[in-house]
Amino acid sequence: MSDVLLALRDVSYRYDTQESLALKAFSLDIVRGSVTAILGPNGAGKTTLLHLIMGWLRRQGGSIDLDGRPLGSYTRRALGQMIALVPQSEHVVFEYSLMEYVLLGRAPYLKPLDMPGEEDCRIALAALEQVGLGNLRMRAITSLSGGERQMVLMARALAQQPKILLLDEPTSHLDLGNKGRLLRLLEQLVQQGVTVVLTTHEPEVAASIATHLVLVRDGQVKHVGRFDEVFTAEQLSETYGVPVKVCAVDGQHVVLWHDIRQPA
Amino acid sequence: MPDQTSTAAPERILRVLFVLLAGAAVLFLFLGRYPSLGFVSLEQLEQDKLAQQLVLNLRLPRLLASILLGMALSAAGSVFQMIFSNPLVEPGFLGVSQGAAFGAAFGIIFLSNSVWVVQASAAGFAFLGLLLSYFLARRVRFGGWTLRLVLSGIAISALYASGVGILKYLADPLSQLQEITFWLLGGLYAITWAKLRSVAVVVLLSLYVLYRARWRLNLLALSDETAFSLGIAPGRERALLLTMATLATAAMVSVSGMVGWVGLIIPHIARRIFGADTRYVLPASMLIGAMFTLICDTMGRTLLNGEIPLGILTSLIGAAIFILMMLMRGIRAQA
Repeated sequence: MSDVLLALRDVSYRYDTQESLALKAFSLDIVRGSVTAILGPNGAGKTTLLHLIMGWLRRQGGSIDLDGRPLGSYTRRALGQMIALVPQSEHVVFEYSLMEYVLLGRAPYLKPLDMPGEEDCRIALAALEQVGLGNLRMRAITSLSGGERQMVLMARALAQQPKILLLDEPTSHLDLGNKGRLLRLLEQLVQQGVTVVLTTHEPEVAASIATHLVLVRDGQVKHVGRFDEVFTAEQLSETYGVPVKVCAVDGQHVVLWHDIRQPA
Repeated sequence: MPDQTSTAAPERILRVLFVLLAGAAVLFLFLGRYPSLGFVSLEQLEQDKLAQQLVLNLRLPRLLASILLGMALSAAGSVFQMIFSNPLVEPGFLGVSQGAAFGAAFGIIFLSNSVWVVQASAAGFAFLGLLLSYFLARRVRFGGWTLRLVLSGIAISALYASGVGILKYLADPLSQLQEITFWLLGGLYAITWAKLRSVAVVVLLSLYVLYRARWRLNLLALSDETAFSLGIAPGRERALLLTMATLATAAMVSVSGMVGWVGLIIPHIARRIFGADTRYVLPASMLIGAMFTLICDTMGRTLLNGEIPLGILTSLIGAAIFILMMLMRGIRAQA
């Protein structure tokens, strides 16, 4: 069993509606059991990258291998059992109870006309309890706060029992308390053997959990490697096009923007 | 508080609904104006040949048709609302209803008087409406898939509606216009066993597929990439279930004419009782919808000496319920 769970080689992608490539000759290895944070300015191609990894977008050049096999050789259901996505947010129109919503995560394990059974309910409930919402399982999802909803999306992904968890800016709607809760939960999952890939706009979030870092700009990998090698002022400044400073406060990394600190 | 993991409570309510529907159906079979308002007795049924004819060859097929009609429209309404993640959608979207109306008017004026031709023309144009909406949506280069489909559906419906207007203008006011008007008002007074048989297979098959896929429908309300991440093929599965819903609707509408509001209102009532999970909302919609059209059709043929068109009653009662539900915050969704 190789250490690399997911290998992208020279992957390119262009959206129908756009002239330029969203990703250009993108190469990346994601190591089993790692937490890979993808950082980069808006429109750098972070979400596109997640969508390519989960198989939703088809790469137009290069190759993507999952667990040693081309991504395209997996069935949708097999992919759904391997990879779960926690979207940045989700517009929920109907008043599902949390339990009903999290049960949807069992879909990859069910045939098209099957109904979830007792075992599925047990797994869904365990997932809800893991994110700390077990006691609210009968509540309507529409009545939850933004932070709680994010946790429900997380629980649905956990109900998929994935090997790889993809999170698209998971902390963007969370307050400090919930941010901490989510990061602790991710740490637990990593200990259970889940590989985590997340995009974020908050360098501190990456700093608090990532083992590996990918800095992306204009659809290209700018810097990639183990967290300590990549999380430097020089490389972050180059990626964001803004001078930044990296400080350590009580062992935690903090990123400062020079511009803000200067009087206008 | 009942545990959500238990499926016993909603299934019990579904069984109660089923028994209520069956009971109402048996009761209404014997109710009518023969010669004045009242029930046909079993004795009468045994001795009176005319009463036998009336009950078995007029009322029974009509009653079954009203049940199938309610089931088809409500199931289709549920399916459309889920697939478009929009609680204010019904089969009237995507050009299905307007397509059927145009097809019927077109058939009445240009093709023939035969009911078969009118039916086929209505069903054909209803389906064409769906296809046109679908392919137009695929060509649109902005917005999400749902927005594109809904916009395309509105455009195609508007085209058809103007077509119906032109056809009404062209129609012979003494014969054809009347026929078109009756068709647009909707009703089941002309149902026969033969007509019912001609559509029953398609309708029952489509409803069966929708029923079996009832839990899956939950997943199709999610965004494309989320649905994909859960191992399903959102585009293909949505297209399949939409086709089934449209088939059932087009087939029933081809014999009943335009019957509005059922597909919009019934799923809301079902969600009020069962929550959002389509595992229960879909069958509940079918049963409640069947009950609704059964009651409306029975009222239509018994309240007055003459017939009240079904479409008028469903719109009147449906709109009244809708207003009440809005005032009572019964619309349980965030559009």
